[in-house]
Amino acid sequence: MSEHIVSPKVYVGIFLSLMVLTAATVVAAYVNLGPFNIVIALAIASVKATLVVLYFMHARYSPNRTHMVIIAAVFWLAIMLALTLSDYVTRDRDLALNTRITALLGA
Amino acid sequence: MHRTGELYGQFETLEQQKESAALGMWVFLSTEVLFFGGLFMTYTLNRHYYPVAFGVGSNTLDLKLGGLNTVILILSSLTMAMSVWASSVGKRKQTTGFLLATLLLGTAFLGVKVIEYKQKFDHHLVPGYHFQIDYRVQHPAPYDDPKEIEAEKEELDKAFAKDPDLNAHAQLYFSLYFGMTGLHALHMIVGAGMLVWLIRQSMLGRFTPTYNTPVEMIGLYWHFVDIVWIYLFPLLYLIDRHR
Repeated sequence: MSEHIVSPKVYVGIFLSLMVLTAATVVAAYVNLGPFNIVIALAIASVKATLVVLYFMHARYSPNRTHMVIIAAVFWLAIMLALTLSDYVTRDRDLALNTRITALLGA
Repeated sequence: MHRTGELYGQFETLEQQKESAALGMWVFLSTEVLFFGGLFMTYTLNRHYYPVAFGVGSNTLDLKLGGLNTVILILSSLTMAMSVWASSVGKRKQTTGFLLATLLLGTAFLGVKVIEYKQKFDHHLVPGYHFQIDYRVQHPAPYDDPKEIEAEKEELDKAFAKDPDLNAHAQLYFSLYFGMTGLHALHMIVGAGMLVWLIRQSMLGRFTPTYNTPVEMIGLYWHFVDIVWIYLFPLLYLIDRHR
């Protein structure tokens, strides 16, 4: 990593973008979009987080081994969320199926 | 460990020293992602099971104070980034000034949080024996806007019709609200402590363009705490505002 100094102009630009996105997320929350409200809220939050990581935290100017750690963190979090949800979300269906099978066999 | 100027003995060059510190900090932050991740997981499941109670709980939060805190915290990330810049171009006074501003904004955030917590205690919205989701509409204060109370009563009646166990399920929301914002606030307090140390080091003139690693590393931590709030704000304050 050759020393890279990010200029204050970039920082202020990122700050202003973050402010605009914060306003956007509040405005979007007042519009009824059904199940898409949460999708939009998380999408905006993720764009904001990406801006912070890339510029405030200098990830854009960091070596690949730093990128690897960041990607690993997100990946592990995704594993936890995806595997836990795949269990909980399908539990009710499995229970219903079980009840039907028991009823068929037990009768 | 013997040390030559700014270079500690186990490193070949200053650049290698700084890169090692950055890698270590990022590895620590990835464990922090999973630390907070457990709470986000719990939040996701409970919100999935009790959407009505989570919507009602979220609407009791003060959006103005939450929004103000979001602005304060993002602004503090800007001043933190500016102090990293100032230290890397050798502007000592500006480094100290921006660090002081960051500390001040961080403290302001915690102050606003105290006001918000106090409201929840006043309205019996702290999980436990005295928790009562409709306490505020049953016991409105003289300064409360009657129209607002009426609207909240209507909202609660509808919610109780959909979820008779609302009082129990809303406690899950508030447990997560206090747990997640509390853990976040704890990180802010730790960050403020590190900033006090940084400000002292900066005033002693310890940071130079060739050695500003502590400013950069504590900066990474501060921005991480900012990112946690960037997710907490919509997830806690903006669940059901459109109703």
